[in-house]
Amino acid sequence: MRITVTVNGREYESEVEPRTLLVYYLREHLELKGAHVGCDTTNCGACTVLLNGKPVKSCTVLAVQANGQQVMTVEGLEQDGVLHPVQQSFWEEHGLQCGYCTPGMLMSAYSLLEKKQDLTEEEIRKGISGNICRCTGYVNIVKAIQSAGRQMAEKKQLEQNQSEVIGSGN
Amino acid sequence: MFPSTFDYFAPKTVEETIGLLQRFGYDGKILAGGQSLLPMMKLRVAMPAALIDINHVDDLHGWKEEDGYLRIGALTRHADLEKESALIERYPLLSKTAEWIADPQVRNRGTICGSLVHADPGSDWGAAMIAMRAEVEVVGPSGVKRVPIDEFFVDTFTTSLDMDEIASAVLLPAPVGKVGARYMKLERKAGDFAIIGVAANVIKAYDGTILDAGFGLCACGDIPLRAEQAEQYLIGRQLDDETIEQASRLAQQSARPATDLRGTAEYKLDLLRVFIKRALQEIAAELK
Ligand SMILES: Cc1cc2nc3c(=O)[nH]c(=O)nc-3n(C[C@H](O)[C@H](O)[C@@H](O)COP(=O)(O)OP(=O)(O)OC[C@H]3O[C@@H](n4cnc5c(N)ncnc54)[C@H](O)[C@@H]3O)c2cc1C
Ligand code: FES
Ligand code: FES
Repeated sequence: MRITVTVNGREYESEVEPRTLLVYYLREHLELKGAHVGCDTTNCGACTVLLNGKPVKSCTVLAVQANGQQVMTVEGLEQDGVLHPVQQSFWEEHGLQCGYCTPGMLMSAYSLLEKKQDLTEEEIRKGISGNICRCTGYVNIVKAIQSAGRQMAEKKQLEQNQSEVIGSGN
Repeated sequence: MFPSTFDYFAPKTVEETIGLLQRFGYDGKILAGGQSLLPMMKLRVAMPAALIDINHVDDLHGWKEEDGYLRIGALTRHADLEKESALIERYPLLSKTAEWIADPQVRNRGTICGSLVHADPGSDWGAAMIAMRAEVEVVGPSGVKRVPIDEFFVDTFTTSLDMDEIASAVLLPAPVGKVGARYMKLERKAGDFAIIGVAANVIKAYDGTILDAGFGLCACGDIPLRAEQAEQYLIGRQLDDETIEQASRLAQQSARPATDLRGTAEYKLDLLRVFIKRALQEIAAELK
């Protein structure tokens, strides 16, 4: 079946078998190896990507179901060589060891922080409950997400101040 | 792992969907959120020859209130009801149950109707819909009908749906009076199926007596169950320490949990009593 999917803002057209899972479509057809496969049971969340802005487990969505839809993968976080605050914070706070769960964690964290930046520990833990990390435990991951939230809030504030300064200059 | 091969169809109307179901019979399967069906297909427990993806049928999306009912369309996802403030006052059990289903990613895809049709005895929505006295709207070749939730569940993974029928919505009777609800669940790990789950939905008249009490039990038998004796006992009474204690004991009589890796039957029965008691205590305080 012929499908057209917009991934990280770029449109791709491909021929896929209906049984192709979205995660394999991304990894093998589009060569976007960010999303990982860590289980066969829809439990681990390593394959998490955003489908029309919402986190989903891409091992449990058919590629044909993404036809005409928008997908964002971990490759879409970094912009013009600058890491997204959530990536920067995972690095600074050591929110990973082997890194296998990290792409999925980053996508869940990104989606949480898009909605709200000052998250409580409980909100973060609930928000990433569909992502399993076998290495670090979740302490540094939670710290990283909190730190990313602070950075995003500061950036937002800065942008707001700037637009006010520009506004008052008129 | 990959599912085995199948033909994929994306019908745009309910009629077209039913036509495809008639054409494929037991070889055709409806695909809603895919959060139960696709894992089973990946493990090759299920190998349907045709998948009928209903996500493009516009009529099945969204929920609305109409003549005495809340109509929740077949494609309403768990996450759609999780934080829906418009429904919290009259249908508090919806958000209280939704937040217990699986994890955020699964809730973004999985549908409430899909969960009911899958008919897992551990389905949290099964218990909640029993507590709210829901009906399932079913469409088949001969038209539309409403099936009370108690008749919808037939056996483990089996509903009363015929092979050429689709569950188009779930209908909740609009409550008259003040509503209080709780979903209580014990799980082994975050996002897991219940060791035991209890849905309680209480409607109170303005004189303080109970107009209706609904109790659904999850993981307590072959299908989601109703704690009928406890319900009957509470109707017309006040919620106080004594009636709460009595109701929580009566609820145990409807449950037939199995001893398994998640715990012994005795343990689960006791948990059930504690959950009903706590739920009713919290509801009583809230509705005071
Ligand atoms: C990791 C994980 C954790 C989970 N945890 C929980 C949990 O805690 N509690 C819980 O209750 N469930 C849980 N589930 C199960 C799952 O969330 C539900 O069963 C539900 O989301 C299925 O709905 P769906 O729309 O994805 O159905 P699908 O997977 O698309 O379909 C399920 C079945 O129903 C049929 N079907 C679907 N919709 C219709 C319709 N409208 N008419 C007729 N037939 C239909 C399909 O043909 C199929 O047989 C979990 C699942 C996963 C993967
Ligand atoms: S690979 Fe998708 S949830 Fe584990
Ligand atoms: S860092 Fe290794 S699984 Fe999370």
